[in-house]
Amino acid sequence: MTRLRTGGVRAAVGAVLAVALTAALAGCSSTGGKRAEDARKAAAAQGKAAVNTPRWTFAMVTHSGDGDTFWDIVQNGAEQAAVKDNINFLYAHSDEAQQQAQLIDSYIAKGVDGLIVTLAKPDAMKAAVEKAVKAGIPVITVNSGSEQSKAFGALTHIGQDETVAGEAVGEELDRRGKKKALCVLHEQGNVGHEQRCAGAKKTFGGDLQNLYVDGTNMPDVQASIEAKLQSDPAIDSVVTLGAPFADAAVQAKKAAGSQAEVDTFDLNAKVASALSAGTLGFAVDQQPYLQGYEAVDLLWLYKYNADVLGGGKPVLTGPQIITKDDAEALKGYAERGTR
Amino acid sequence: MSATAPSDLDHVDERLLRTTRLRKLLARPELGSVVGAAAVFVFFSIVADSFLRASSLGTVFYAASTIGIMAVPVALLMIGGEFDLSAGVMVTTSALISSMFSYQMTANVWVGVGVSLLVTLAIGVFNGFMLTRTKLPSFIITLGTFLMLTGLNLGFTKLISGTVSTKSIADMEGFPSAKKLFASQLTIGGVDLKVTILWWIGLVAVATWILLRTRFGNWIFAVGGNADAARAVGVPVARTKIGLYMGVAFCAWISGQHLLFSFDVVQSGEGVGNELIYIIAAVIGGCLITGGYGSAIGSAVGAFIFGMTSKGIVYAEWNPDWFKFFLGAMLLLATLLNAWIRRRVEATK
Repeated sequence: MTRLRTGGVRAAVGAVLAVALTAALAGCSSTGGKRAEDARKAAAAQGKAAVNTPRWTFAMVTHSGDGDTFWDIVQNGAEQAAVKDNINFLYAHSDEAQQQAQLIDSYIAKGVDGLIVTLAKPDAMKAAVEKAVKAGIPVITVNSGSEQSKAFGALTHIGQDETVAGEAVGEELDRRGKKKALCVLHEQGNVGHEQRCAGAKKTFGGDLQNLYVDGTNMPDVQASIEAKLQSDPAIDSVVTLGAPFADAAVQAKKAAGSQAEVDTFDLNAKVASALSAGTLGFAVDQQPYLQGYEAVDLLWLYKYNADVLGGGKPVLTGPQIITKDDAEALKGYAERGTR
Repeated sequence: MSATAPSDLDHVDERLLRTTRLRKLLARPELGSVVGAAAVFVFFSIVADSFLRASSLGTVFYAASTIGIMAVPVALLMIGGEFDLSAGVMVTTSALISSMFSYQMTANVWVGVGVSLLVTLAIGVFNGFMLTRTKLPSFIITLGTFLMLTGLNLGFTKLISGTVSTKSIADMEGFPSAKKLFASQLTIGGVDLKVTILWWIGLVAVATWILLRTRFGNWIFAVGGNADAARAVGVPVARTKIGLYMGVAFCAWISGQHLLFSFDVVQSGEGVGNELIYIIAAVIGGCLITGGYGSAIGSAVGAFIFGMTSKGIVYAEWNPDWFKFFLGAMLLLATLLNAWIRRRVEATK
C-alpha cells in the first residue's frame, strides 16, 4: 500500500517538474532577465591582467553582514582591480567585531601580501591591524575609520566622511526649501549612521528627527515610516540611509497619503530609476565601487612602486549628490552592480 | 549469544568484558562529535595549506574558545532540559555594564567588573526564577529576556553615553590588571595563545567534574531526564534549574569581560544570534534537545568544530557565503551520527 502511494507521489512530482520545465522553455521573456544581463556583461570590459607583476594575494575583511548589496559593489570594484593588477583577491566579512578581528588574524597567519580592512569598530580592530603592520603587511582602511586609520599604521584611508556626507544632505534639503525632515536609521548601533543624521541636523535649517527601524525586516521598516508619517503630516522629507530602504519609504509615503519627498544615501538600480522617474528627490552616493577598486589598486601601487596616495589625509569617494539629471546615465552602471 | 560450552566460559567472559569497555566508549555522548572533529581537522589540513601552521591553529583555538566558554554552561543547561536564548546578548550586556559603570562613576575598573558580575548573575536568577515560578517553557521565558536585553543594551548605552558604543576606559585604574586576567596573550613557543583558551579548558574541567562527581551533577541529569520523577525522589528541581541559569550568566560575564578588555570599547548592538551558535556547539557535542543526556567535553568539541570551520574556510580561500551552509550540514550530520551510535549501543545492550 505504502509502496503504491510513494509511486503516486513520485509521479505527481515528476509531472509538476515537467510542467514547470515546459513553461520555463515556452514562456520566454523578451525583456530583462538573465539574457539581458549576459548581454550587458558581454558588452562590458573583458577582464585580463594588464600588468606582469608577480601574483600577490590581497585580502579584504569588512564588517558587512550576510548578503549586503553595498558590499557587493565594493567587492565588484576590488575584484575588477584585482583582475587588472594580476592579484589573487580574498574576501571575508563578519558583523561581529570579535569575528572580524579573528578573520584579520587568520589572514595575517596566512601571510597575505596586503590587507584591506574596514574600521567600523575601530577599537576592536586596533590590535589586529597593528599586528599586520608589525608583520610588514601593508594595510589600507576603507569606508569607515578615517580618524583612526593613520594612528593604527595604515597606509591610507579610502571612503566617505559620514559627517561631511550628512552635512551635504542638510544643505541639499535647505536648498529644496524643506522644513521638517525624518532621518531613518536602519541599524541601531551603527556609529556611521548616527554621524550621518547628526551631520544633516547640523546644517539643516528646519527640524530633523531620528527614526529607528529594524533594517533586517523590510515590512517593519515600511510600517514604522508609515506610522510616523501618519502621526505627523508636517514632515516634508524622509531621508533613508541605505538604497534598499528608499523604496520602503516610498511605499510608506503612498500608504500614508503623505506629500513628503523621499531622499536616500547610497545608490542601486532601483534608486537610479526612481530618481529619473521623479519618485525620489536626490541620492547621496559614496561610490562603493571606487572604495574596493582603489583599495586594491593602491596596494598594488605600494607593492610595485612604494606609492602612497592622499598625503596622509583620507582619500574621499563622496559625498556626491545625484539628482534626476544624472540618474539616467548611472542607471546602466547600477544595473550591472558597479554603482 | 547462543549457549556456550561451559569449558570456554573464561574465554567468553574475557570477550564480554572487552565488549563492555567498547560499549562504554560508544555510549559516551561526545563520541560522534570527536569523530566529526577529527574528520573536519583532516579535511582542512588537506585543502588549506596554511591551516596547520602554529599561528593559524592559535587563531582557530581562540575562535573556538570564544564560543566554547559559553557552550559549556549552555550544554549543562540543556542536559538539565532547558534553553537559554538570552545567552548571546547577555555577554554584551555584561560588557556594557562593566564599561559604563566604571566610566560614569569614575571608579576603578574592577568595581565595574564586580557590579557587572552581580547584575549578570541577577539576570540568570531572573531567568531561572521566572521559569520555575510560571511553569512556562524556557524557550518563551528566555526569548522574552533576549528581546528585553537587546533593547536595554541599545537604549541604556544611547542614554548614558550618547552614542551606540561605550567610551574608552583604557586609561582608567585597574584596566591593565583586568586585561591581564580576561584578555591577555601568552606566547608559547612563538605562538600567540589568548587567555580565553585557558578559561575555556578550566570551565570544561570544572563542568565535567560537577557532572560526573558531584551530587549537583546527578541532579542536573535527573531534572533533565524526568523532572517529576526527580522531584518525587527529593531532588530540588527549582534550585537546580536556577543554579544552571546562574552558570550561564557567570560564563556570559567572563565572555563579556573578555570582549570589553580585548577591545576596550563595546558595541551595544552585538551578540544577537550567538545564543544559537552556543546551542549548536552543545548539540554537535552530543547534548539532546530533550535533556538528560550530554557532556561538557562534547560542547568543547562542538565549539572546536565551529572554530575550525569558521577559520578553515578562510584558510582554504573559499567564499565565506557558504559558511552557514557548512555549519548547518555539520549540525545535521553530527546529530544523525550521535543518534545512530546511541541506537547501536542500546540495541546491543
